[in-house]
Order: sequence, then C-alpha cells, then structure tokens
Amino acid sequence: MTHPTQAKPICSRQGEYAILCDLGAATASTVDLMLQHKVWGMSACLAAHADVLEVVPGMNNLLVIFRDIQHDFDASEALIHDAWENAPANASQGRQIVVPVVYGGPDGEDLDLVAHHTGLSRRDYIERHAQATYVVYALGSQPGFAYLGGLDPKLAVPRRDVPRARVEAGSVIIGGHQASILSRTTPCGWHIIGRTALNCFDHTQARPTLLTPGDTVRFEIQEILA
Amino acid sequence: MIEITRAGFYTSVQDLGRTSWRHLGVGLSGAMDAVALSVANLMLGNPVDAAGLEITMGQACITFRTDTEIALSGATVEATLDERPLSNWWALSVRAGQQLKLGMVNTGVRSYVAFRGGLAVPPILGSASTDLKGEFGGLQGRALKNGDVLDLCQTPPLPRRNSGFGLPVMQRAPYAHRHNEPDPITQNDATIIPIVHVLPAAQWSDLTTAAQQLLVATTWHVSPQSNRLGCRLEGPILPTRRRHEMRSHGIMPGVVQLPPSGLPIVQLCDGNTSGGYPVIATVMEADLHVFAQLRPGTPVRFVLGDVTHAAALRERHQKFLDDIALRCELTRRRFQ
Repeated sequence: MTHPTQAKPICSRQGEYAILCDLGAATASTVDLMLQHKVWGMSACLAAHADVLEVVPGMNNLLVIFRDIQHDFDASEALIHDAWENAPANASQGRQIVVPVVYGGPDGEDLDLVAHHTGLSRRDYIERHAQATYVVYALGSQPGFAYLGGLDPKLAVPRRDVPRARVEAGSVIIGGHQASILSRTTPCGWHIIGRTALNCFDHTQARPTLLTPGDTVRFEIQEILA
Repeated sequence: MIEITRAGFYTSVQDLGRTSWRHLGVGLSGAMDAVALSVANLMLGNPVDAAGLEITMGQACITFRTDTEIALSGATVEATLDERPLSNWWALSVRAGQQLKLGMVNTGVRSYVAFRGGLAVPPILGSASTDLKGEFGGLQGRALKNGDVLDLCQTPPLPRRNSGFGLPVMQRAPYAHRHNEPDPITQNDATIIPIVHVLPAAQWSDLTTAAQQLLVATTWHVSPQSNRLGCRLEGPILPTRRRHEMRSHGIMPGVVQLPPSGLPIVQLCDGNTSGGYPVIATVMEADLHVFAQLRPGTPVRFVLGDVTHAAALRERHQKFLDDIALRCELTRRRFQ
C-alpha cells in the first residue's frame, strides 16, 4: 500500500526507449528498504507488461526499458505511476545465502586499514561484519554483482582515492556505507577484507547469479588469517 | 573453420549483443559498429546478427581452413587476400589455405569480417558476443589469441563462386554514409566532423544554461582512454548548478554521464549496467555506432534533438539497411 500523501515517483527519459523512475527523495543518498520493496513489486508488475523489454531495479529506483520508442512520455509515465499505485510492495524474504569468508591475509589485505580507520580491533571488525544480515537490493555494474544494504554504520570506510588496477573475483569488499562481493576480477576502489570461494556468476546455470534481489546474505567466518 | 594466425591489437567474436540481461548486471557487448557488422552479414545473405570478428586497428591475419565466403566492412584498412589488395566493403568466396591480412587502418578504428553462415559459437544468454568483463561468450570469454581456431556454421555450398562484389555507397569514410545533413560541420581542413544526436536526460537541468549550450557548441575530442566500455571526451569542463550524490541506477548504452571532473563520458557496448554519475543526455540509438570508428584525438559534435527526431533517425537508419539488404540480395542472384 502506498501512503496517499506520498509524492508520485519522479520519471525521466533515459533515451528514446527507457524511462528512469526514482522513488527516493532526490536529495537523499541513503537507501530505504521499504521503498525497495516497492521497487521490487513495481519491477515484477512492469516486467510482465507486453510493451516492456526489461526492468532494471536500482537503489530505490528502476529503469524501465520499452521494446519500442516511447513517443508519448506522459503515457509511459502513467503506466509506471499505475504500477506504483497498484503493484503490491514485495517484502518477501527471498532466499537466505550464507557466504563463508576467509578474512585477512593476502586476500584481505585492507583488514588492518579498515579496522584502524574505524577504531575497532581486527576481531571486532570481522565479528560485526559477520553478525549483520544484509539484503540484496539490486544487481548491476558487473555480472552478478550485488548492491547490499545492511552494513553496520560503524564499519563504513570511504573508498580508496585511487582504485586498484586488479582485484580478484570473490573478494569481500567495503566501499563507503556498502558491503559487497566482487563477482569478477576487475579494477576496484573498495577495500578488501577477505575472500569467499563462492562464485557470484556462473553462466552455465539456469539461474546464473548467486544472489537475487530480495535475498538475505550473512557472512560466515571460515578462517581469520594474520 | 578459420585460424587466427595473427590476432592483432584486440580481436573478438561479436554479434549484435545481449539484450535484456541488464538486471543481472550483464551488459550488451556486441559489435561496436553494429551497422558495419550488419552490412557485412547482409552481403553474405546472413541474418544481420550472425557472429563475426571485430578487429581493432587492423594488423591481423586470418587463415581459412575450409572454403567459405567472407565480407570485410568497417574501418578503411589496407587489406590483402594472399598478398593481392582487397577492397573494403567487399564480399567474395575464399578457398581453404588462403590468407586475409589487415594492415594499416587509414580511417576509423574497427574492421568486421563476416563469414557465410556466421561463426559457430554457442550462444550464452542469447548471444555469441564476447563479454570480456563477464568472462563468457565468444571464445572462452576472452579476446582472440594467435593460433585460435573457430568453426563456421554449416551452410550448403554456393552453386557458383562469388568472384567479388562491393558496396561503393559504404566506401566513403566509415561513418560518412549517414552525413546527409543539409549542412555538415567541417573543420578548417574541410574534414567532416562526425555528429551524434542526443536527447536530454534526468540531470540535463542540473547543467547551467551555459553548460547546456557548451555541450552542443563544442567540438569535443576523443580521449585516448576511450575503449569498448566508454568514450571519454576532452573539451571544456561543464559546470553544474548543483552536485548531489546519486543512488546507483540502471543505465543504457549511450548515456552521457558527467563525473566530478566535468568532462562527459559516453557509455558504450561494454559499459556498466548501472552507475551513479549524473546522466545529462543520451545518444540516440541510430547514432551509437559512430563511436566505434572514432580514434583518440578525433573530433565529434553533439546535436540536441527530441524523440520525434530519434524516431526519424531510426526510420532512416532502417531504410538504409533495407536498401543495402535489397541491393545485396539482387547481387547475390548472380551466384546463388
């Protein structure tokens, strides 16, 4: 249910085929879980529409990609507003995924840095990271990469000024107020605190991504290396 | 079967890309110059989206292990077949053992070689394209190396050999065919500056009025840091009215982002599926292929339009391809 006083989400063109719909306040950099439930509900509803090619959920927003050029912006916007008014928020818990992590050591080389930055001991930092429950808000950026909500604010560390040229897939990473797992080996400006052996993206599987929006994630301490 | 005898700077298997998987973080990939690959396929009677090779800046050699028919398109490149000069935008039958060599690229960046029936590469998520970032598609998800061997799809042999035909309409500069604008913009040396048409996007209004004018009044230059992921542009810094942190959101190929540097980046085929930089504009789909052939240091201009304009461009684009398809079909009757 949408509260009647809540403002309609803001829609804007992103090219002739797509419309970006933003549910969050334009000024807010934080992400709201209730709004994200609405994003998931709207995404499911709009993806089933015959005129829609694909819906890409983002952080409190969604990109609706239509099959054809959208000549009439008002009509496309009305379709999205209709989904906002009528699609039920999807608060389903999804699956619960446990991600075993080897913290520290050569594959978690920033652990001392993030612990020092936050004023926590290595052990405290790891335990807080592993105690929290994270929600998969959306996938994007690289195949199977999950935007997770739920990082303990005490664990936040600003991203590196200069990204590393190469960070291995499976790296468990912290960037600002976000936690994630690198799904592919790429350049990355986030801090590396450990490594998991789980594969976040396997194109040979019917469901290629380890994580899906709505899933909850818990990191499990497999080992702590000096 | 073909052998990549010399892979060159960057050669990969591409078709027209992977659509509708952006919600998994899987991007488009595909031929940067979709027009060039489509036309090469049409010259062989293939579907436009058959898989071929994208060769960056020439300097490559392909040895045919079986008889087949090929088409060469895209950049203007010095090409030979068994050391005899071969025209660009040209299709012909080749025999097992013959070698196609691409040398210096004179204009543009990317050449395409299509094969009768297409490369036999199993589709992943609906496409044979190489997703370099995802490490799948094409040949083991990577750029081709010397000695790689690729199979061709089985096709019935042609009743008569194709002794060779070309498309003179395409043989001007790789992107000049679409310059039927009434007043093309030229540089001092009279070279035509490529134009891409853009639509305003979500953060267009965050640009100052001066910045909005600067975007379209500037002759931008392509940065050397441009690649299949994106085209970085060099020129004046675009001032904004406000700067706010954006939450990550889905983005399409062709979005023009404005990072804190104030210099625009156009996301291309291998670009991210989501981003947080302000999106000031989007390149109309019919013009996206232009970026495939822009070398570092070369100029490019933006022209602002609306959706009616985008639809007209698409229609013209489709008609152009339909005309080429008809011309190729008529020509192919000689040997089919």
